[in-house]
Amino acid sequence: MAEEFILIPGRTSRQGTSLNEGKDSDAYQEEINTLRMATTDMKRLAIDNGDNIRMWNDVGEVVIPCQAAKGDELPPGILFISYGDKSSYLMGGDTHGSGMPDSKCIDVFVEKFKTD
Amino acid sequence: MALFRISGGTVYDPRNNIDGEIRDLWMDNGRIVERPTDPNCRADKTLDATGTVVMPGGIDMHCHIAGPKVNAARKMMPDEKRTAQPITRTRLTRSGSGGSVPSTFATGYLYAGLGYTTAFDAAIPPLAARHVHEELEDTPIIDKGFYVLMGNNHYVMKQLQANQTEHLTTYVSWLLNATKGFAAKLVNPGGVEVWKSGGKNATGIDDSVDHFDVSPRQIIAGVAQAVMDLALPHPVHIHCNNLGLPGNWMTTLETMKALEGRSGHLTHIQFHSYGGDPDQQHTFCSKVPELVEYFNTHENLTVDVGQVMFDKTTSMTADGPLGYFLHKVTGRKWFSADTEMESGCGIVPITYKDSSMVHALQWAIGLEWYLLAKDPWRIAMSTDHPNGGSFLAYPEIIALLMDRTRRKEVLNRVPASVKQRCTLEQLDREYTLNEIAIITRAAPARILGLEHKGHLGIGADADVTIYNPHSDRQKMFELPRYVICRGEVIVDDGDIIKDVTGKLLHVAPAYDKTIVPDIQSWFEKYYTIQFRNYPVDLNPLHEYQEIPTK
Amino acid sequence: MNIAEQDVNPKSNQLTVIKDATCTFCGCVCDDMELTVENNRITKAKNACVLGKAWFFHHGIQDRPNATIEGKPVSYEEAFDAAVEILLNATYPITYGLSDSTSEAQRVAVAITDWIGGTIDTTTSVCHGPSGIAFQSVGEVTCSLGEIKNRADFIIFWGGNPAESHPRHFTKYSLMPKGEFIPNGRKDRTVVLIDVRKTKSVKAADIFLQIKPRSDFELAWALRGLAKGIDIDSSIEQKIGISLATLRDMMDRMKEAKFGVILFGMGLTMTRGKHLNSEAVLALARDMNQYTRWCAKPMRGHGNVTGADNVVSWTTGFPFGVNLNRGYPRFNPGEFTTSDVLARGEADAALIIASDPMSNFSQPAREHLKTIKSIVLDPKLTDTAKHATVAFTTSTYGINTGGTVYRMDDVPIPLRPAFESPYKGDYEILKAIENRIRGKQLASMMD
Repeated sequence: MAEEFILIPGRTSRQGTSLNEGKDSDAYQEEINTLRMATTDMKRLAIDNGDNIRMWNDVGEVVIPCQAAKGDELPPGILFISYGDKSSYLMGGDTHGSGMPDSKCIDVFVEKFKTD
Repeated sequence: MALFRISGGTVYDPRNNIDGEIRDLWMDNGRIVERPTDPNCRADKTLDATGTVVMPGGIDMHCHIAGPKVNAARKMMPDEKRTAQPITRTRLTRSGSGGSVPSTFATGYLYAGLGYTTAFDAAIPPLAARHVHEELEDTPIIDKGFYVLMGNNHYVMKQLQANQTEHLTTYVSWLLNATKGFAAKLVNPGGVEVWKSGGKNATGIDDSVDHFDVSPRQIIAGVAQAVMDLALPHPVHIHCNNLGLPGNWMTTLETMKALEGRSGHLTHIQFHSYGGDPDQQHTFCSKVPELVEYFNTHENLTVDVGQVMFDKTTSMTADGPLGYFLHKVTGRKWFSADTEMESGCGIVPITYKDSSMVHALQWAIGLEWYLLAKDPWRIAMSTDHPNGGSFLAYPEIIALLMDRTRRKEVLNRVPASVKQRCTLEQLDREYTLNEIAIITRAAPARILGLEHKGHLGIGADADVTIYNPHSDRQKMFELPRYVICRGEVIVDDGDIIKDVTGKLLHVAPAYDKTIVPDIQSWFEKYYTIQFRNYPVDLNPLHEYQEIPTK
Repeated sequence: MNIAEQDVNPKSNQLTVIKDATCTFCGCVCDDMELTVENNRITKAKNACVLGKAWFFHHGIQDRPNATIEGKPVSYEEAFDAAVEILLNATYPITYGLSDSTSEAQRVAVAITDWIGGTIDTTTSVCHGPSGIAFQSVGEVTCSLGEIKNRADFIIFWGGNPAESHPRHFTKYSLMPKGEFIPNGRKDRTVVLIDVRKTKSVKAADIFLQIKPRSDFELAWALRGLAKGIDIDSSIEQKIGISLATLRDMMDRMKEAKFGVILFGMGLTMTRGKHLNSEAVLALARDMNQYTRWCAKPMRGHGNVTGADNVVSWTTGFPFGVNLNRGYPRFNPGEFTTSDVLARGEADAALIIASDPMSNFSQPAREHLKTIKSIVLDPKLTDTAKHATVAFTTSTYGINTGGTVYRMDDVPIPLRPAFESPYKGDYEILKAIENRIRGKQLASMMD
């Protein structure tokens, strides 16, 4: 059952440190390939820590593991990801004349990824 | 190097008492040299200047052309550039943008095209010195330098409060060495600190600046003395308190008196010559005659005018509260930046209209200064570019000074009450070419203490501007026929034919190194960069010239 | 060319300590680093935060070719020639990146773009470009970081997470330091954090305003209205997720401050509203000066993105997104900014310096970048470098090469490199490219 979410790509400390090691380093790859979701949302969508989810919008689609956000860091309906290759798949080219693509608060659909 | 001869021009070299004489000029290795005594010696290159007017290269001793304030103004005004004349790339020259705040390459080319070969940026916070150096490196052709802001500097105020004259003098010297600056600049002394801490302003030179317990008067006298003790080539350069306010002429007079006979240069004096009551705009009037009376009899004082011209331009100043004031009065966008320990900044676009009584009176007041001041050697032309207008307006100002009918035409066009508020209508004086050469070349050079500039005597830098004479003086001065910098023809009939980089002129006065630890401990307490990273090193890729102390 | 001294001891295996070195990872540009260098590696970075340490420890000398063409190692000469070919033959080349390079190198990048009539844009356009646009509209009331240290008693962080993006900002500039007028440091300050998420920065704040996504614009305007004593309709509460009572209290506190500052980040520039969000915040800070002293500052991300803004501004007159095709600078965000020029498939060549758009740009932009010729300068083998036609492995600024960088508040700071690198730096490579371009242009142009 797909649900609409708002995706916020952003910086993290771990992303910043690991990108110095190199963007092909395990730490960096793990960091940008993890989606964070509020525990209430995960419960409702029957997603466990580490489960893959499918996330898409009219620009593109990614399949990515999901982890619970710490405590109440994320309000329901909001997703967080360290920005990078994965979040770029969901970023459209239209900057509305500003030069800046919609890079935060991106509308996405999410459902648990079924492997069959 | 090649021996270069300019032959048969009509030379105006006021410093050497040459007033329109037909003479040759000889140049070699970037300098004016003696005519060779050997009759067989021929010039390697000769430029036939018959029928032309020959002057030293122009000197703009007060403009805003480089550094964080100027760059913020560039960034802030894309709208102006949309309709301004662009500066197109050529085979030899870089592109740029114009308007009231040209980009750096454009600035160098435009000055050179106008026959100006030296310019000084008037107000740099020392923390940004490195930035100014970079911009000046990208400002081609002209020789240049800058003045260092000190009038709201916390260390300066602390030494004044504690009566530590030695420390103050050492700091002024140390700061000039650290920044590779040229002179000590005071902008609304004490007043900017009042703005930074509480949003207000100094109202008179005897106000006390909270927390520091010093007055503008103490700052003015103290720094003027330090500059004299250091025997710097240029005296303290002062933007008086209360700029722009009706009635401020009294602050200006008090400032002149506060110098107590010490040398001092009061800048853009036009903005500081107003009579009337700030709360009653209809009383706004000129007090130039009163100020000139004092000025004429006190030879320790020099001024540059800060002429207002009718056009759209950008006001930019280290006088933070002034920026806020202009924003409130005009309602236009406003940039303000406070620099820790050192200074402030205000930028507001402004349009001077000939339909405005106030603006027209400002225009008239500037001209009154030129026409009433007896000694042209103590008055320099400026528009405080771009505050009163662009430096590109200098030819028009020359035309107004040389032709009283032209002034009258404007006076008859502007609101009638302007004539009652100033004496301009009664002033018939017309400047001669010699006097123009003084206020645009010889006087600025002398006021700045530059022995090698502003004249064409033996040993001078071979900076020469050659004009085709024209009865319309504006046309004549707008497009020099040739401009020569350090002995090389750079501009030929408006085209830049050679791209060169000028020198950065700076001072390096001696100072007592035993006081530096005191400066350092103050610095390390309050600044946010390392002490060692503050002073600027000379760039091996650039040329410098140290101007000696007197 | 280095303005900063080089305290470098490349030949010896002894331990060297470089003091007063500058970290350029984030916009804090801390210049109080004490770097211990052993065998061409930085082994200690005293005063560096976790990001700075990672920056210093992981920029050693890799074993990679100086330059490659289509992935094959070549000499510098061959690479320069190939790069010049691409740039001179392109119809619509774009120069991009530059925020991790010195101002000296940035100036050469602009020069190249000017001579070839290309487009110059920097990472600003996808960072605080919107704030730059807002600045052009309303101006900005701002200050250097030392003013915050010495005077600010009310700090608002809006749309940013400094604990993770600018770790030393709190301790070095904005929260902890004792200042001339702030004798008790943190105790003299009130700190507010405004964000959609409860980030690690919340711990540092006295007041956390959790705002609903995409409502920063409304919050800023509500505050502007409250400042002027205008009644705000209560429907705002539903829109932004914060009560009017809280807003009124916030405005009262803001008016009572002696010196307030709003430090804002990508949360404003990257979401709905973009430059209109930045504009609202800049206008709010400006308005507050009617009552007391206030400033607003964008939190700049990379070490020298502020330098890039400054350099492009002084050389062209505009801060980013500048086109030089017609022989003079034209500015238009949306038309000449890199995201657009790539996403619309307009650029036919790219010169990318110290930046990795292949990892961060929008999908359409990345797709197009893959299809065009590019010249890439980077110390690391990034995705962008992997796709490059001509790639240069460069030394790292601030670690191997000197020069000048501009902190987030426009303060220029020298770099003190720690050890030499066998690779050329950005400046040297770009200068070689510029010289070759000029050589060809001057030879071919008839007067």
